[in-house]
Amino acid sequence: MAVNALHILAEAATPADLAAARTQMGLSLGWHIILACFGVGMPAITVFAEWRWLRTGDELYRTLAHRWAKAMGVLFAVGAVSGTILSFEMGVLWPGLMQTYGQVIGLPFTLEGFAFFIEAIFLGIYLYAWDRLPPRVHVLTGIPVCVAGVASAFFVVCANAWMNQPTGFDLENGRVVGVDPWGAMFNPATPPQTVHMIIAAFLVAGFGMAAVYGAAMLRGKRDRYHRLGFTIPFTFAAVIAPVQVFVGDWAAKFLATNQPAKLAAIEGVYRTEQGAPLHLGGIYSNGEMRYAIEIPNALSLLAHWNPRATIIGLAEYPPGDRPPVNIVHWSFQIMVVIGFALVALGCWCGIVAWRRRRLPTSRWFARAAVAGGIAAPIAVEAGWVTTEVGRQPWIVWGKLRVTDAVTPVPGLTVGLLVVGIVYLVLTIASVYVMRRLARTPLPVAPQEPSAEQERAG
Amino acid sequence: MSLANWLISLMWVGLTCYVLLGGADFGGGFWDLVAGRAARGARQRWLVEESIGPVWEANHVWLIFVIVLCWSAFPAVFASVTSTMYIPLTLVALGIIARGAAFAFRKASTEFGLQRLFGAAFAASSVLTPFFLGAVAGGIASERVPIGIAKGDLVTSWWNPTSVFAGVLAVVVCAYLAAVYLCADARRAQAPDLVRGFRHRAIGSAVVAGALALGGIAVLHADAPALFAGLTSTGLPLVILSIVAGLGSMALLFMDRYVLARGSAAVAVTALLWGWAAAQYPLLLPPDTTIDAAAANPAVLRVVLVSTIVGALLLIPSLAWLFMLFQHSPAASEPPRR
Repeated sequence: MAVNALHILAEAATPADLAAARTQMGLSLGWHIILACFGVGMPAITVFAEWRWLRTGDELYRTLAHRWAKAMGVLFAVGAVSGTILSFEMGVLWPGLMQTYGQVIGLPFTLEGFAFFIEAIFLGIYLYAWDRLPPRVHVLTGIPVCVAGVASAFFVVCANAWMNQPTGFDLENGRVVGVDPWGAMFNPATPPQTVHMIIAAFLVAGFGMAAVYGAAMLRGKRDRYHRLGFTIPFTFAAVIAPVQVFVGDWAAKFLATNQPAKLAAIEGVYRTEQGAPLHLGGIYSNGEMRYAIEIPNALSLLAHWNPRATIIGLAEYPPGDRPPVNIVHWSFQIMVVIGFALVALGCWCGIVAWRRRRLPTSRWFARAAVAGGIAAPIAVEAGWVTTEVGRQPWIVWGKLRVTDAVTPVPGLTVGLLVVGIVYLVLTIASVYVMRRLARTPLPVAPQEPSAEQERAG
Repeated sequence: MSLANWLISLMWVGLTCYVLLGGADFGGGFWDLVAGRAARGARQRWLVEESIGPVWEANHVWLIFVIVLCWSAFPAVFASVTSTMYIPLTLVALGIIARGAAFAFRKASTEFGLQRLFGAAFAASSVLTPFFLGAVAGGIASERVPIGIAKGDLVTSWWNPTSVFAGVLAVVVCAYLAAVYLCADARRAQAPDLVRGFRHRAIGSAVVAGALALGGIAVLHADAPALFAGLTSTGLPLVILSIVAGLGSMALLFMDRYVLARGSAAVAVTALLWGWAAAQYPLLLPPDTTIDAAAANPAVLRVVLVSTIVGALLLIPSLAWLFMLFQHSPAASEPPRR
């Protein structure tokens, strides 16, 4: 190693390093969020199946619960470690944020730490103690996993909501002087954001699990095992999907009053106007939304329940304080379209089930169910892009810019490259292992050697 | 005791638990790495997997707990350490990903080649991660992390005699703890060959750790005189306790008292960690940042302290049940045949 390389000292971050830091954070967060969704939603669905087994004595439910638990074990492990890297990156990439505001958002993260503890402890028990506990006790050990998973999601999203709507502290010359930790945690953005995300997690888990059996149906497997494996998670998700429409509407209305710059970016509104139209599609350039389908007054109506309401445009903000429009606009639209499509998918199944007392048999339905399992996480990603890019150029809205929070160390592009390769390998390995688990032919007790079954299959 | 002192004590309790529990899981990976060729090492690998499978995720959360307490209660210290230690901490994070994911993947895969690949990733990252964590600790203890964002040298802060010493010591201590713990697990699994094997390894790694610590005296004397002075004054009782407990664990291993040996080994490692704390008290980032000066707003310290105490009321019984469940019943599967 060259001698001078031993004395690297930090200066200001270059634009390339800033871009690398943002990409790395986005990659790690975007990766983790999908695993986290399964961690939140999957335990409830699995425990439900196990409970049905206890009630009915039907072994198929137990088989399903076993297999889901095994998959959950892998997903939780990967989710836990991919979440850990985020807590490192908070400091490694954004020391400017943590130095000033780490204490303000410390409370929800401390609570999240305990929720994570409870989740990990009871998941260990749930996965490994099928044969060591009486069945009734075993199913009960799944309950803390479900509760702690939802609580974890709540606490983490509290902290993100605070970044969008920072409250609960006083600044003096850039230093935090007074802190109200509860006020920071329960900031105005907390209710809509946390509810929106927790429901999204159940949608991802439910549609995602159902998609596995949808794919099996496409291969002609329609026995009772596959039908049940499809119906339980799909019903969960299909029932919740319409609720998400209303929660999403609540979140958007919240933006209209509390974070108008983000709403303006979502809709590509440049000039403040009364009775603003809703833009479907379109490309924003030079303060104008081109090629979009306009629905007159619809934005004002949706945002404020009043077709004449005023919508604040981006022109009200200095150019340096405006988020990029196209990426926010499009990711929002993708999220909304997928949301409605998932509702429609649920209705399709619901209508057939109501009229004919069975699942839809058409191949198109199975294909749509598979697509739904892929689309749901895409909607979550699009939603996160909307809220995170829509907050730009701020990391703490109105208080701290991303450029002031990023670490000044050199070589972040190299870090991104290394992290990118690790995530690529991790993705390939995860997909491979999950596919193997999905195809294991016969049920085995979770976390136990499956050599006999392998041979049998 | 000031609020900040309570918080740093809690952090140190968390760190101790992480080293004693999470550290032993890394040590399990170390023994997996050196278990030898597939057929010969299969029984050892089975025991390691059996022992850490149900608990490693819970053990891992101690690290998150320490990190979160650090940024809540000592935000400026957190930002200083993470920014200066950007390189080793990124490697630690990647090591944690590789270790946990590979362990879960190995368990879920059935082809021999894949099991070996994931096993290698699990074992290698189990050695690298504690090394870099130790190197970070060594950098902090040897006054190489000044307060402020990226104010320390990005390379020499963790690549220096004290850091390398601390990194190697961390790996050896993890291996030692794992070997001592695994003796009792092997006996419960009724595998006398594994009991003998891990007893040898435990005693061997205790000897290596002791020799390393002796050599470390010279390293610290030359490279970190302030730390050396602290360890030989305020920290001395704890250092002596660590030595006595370490020797005691070896004696207990010779006498086949494996559960007591566990306790003694844990005391040895705990005393070492608290000896470091005592040696640099009241400094958090030596040479001049004190615990009280680096502390967050009192309102934050209070609420974090209270929520940690309340959280502990939920946590401790849950943890106790987890360990009892898997320490007091036979293994879930049979060991592979010799």
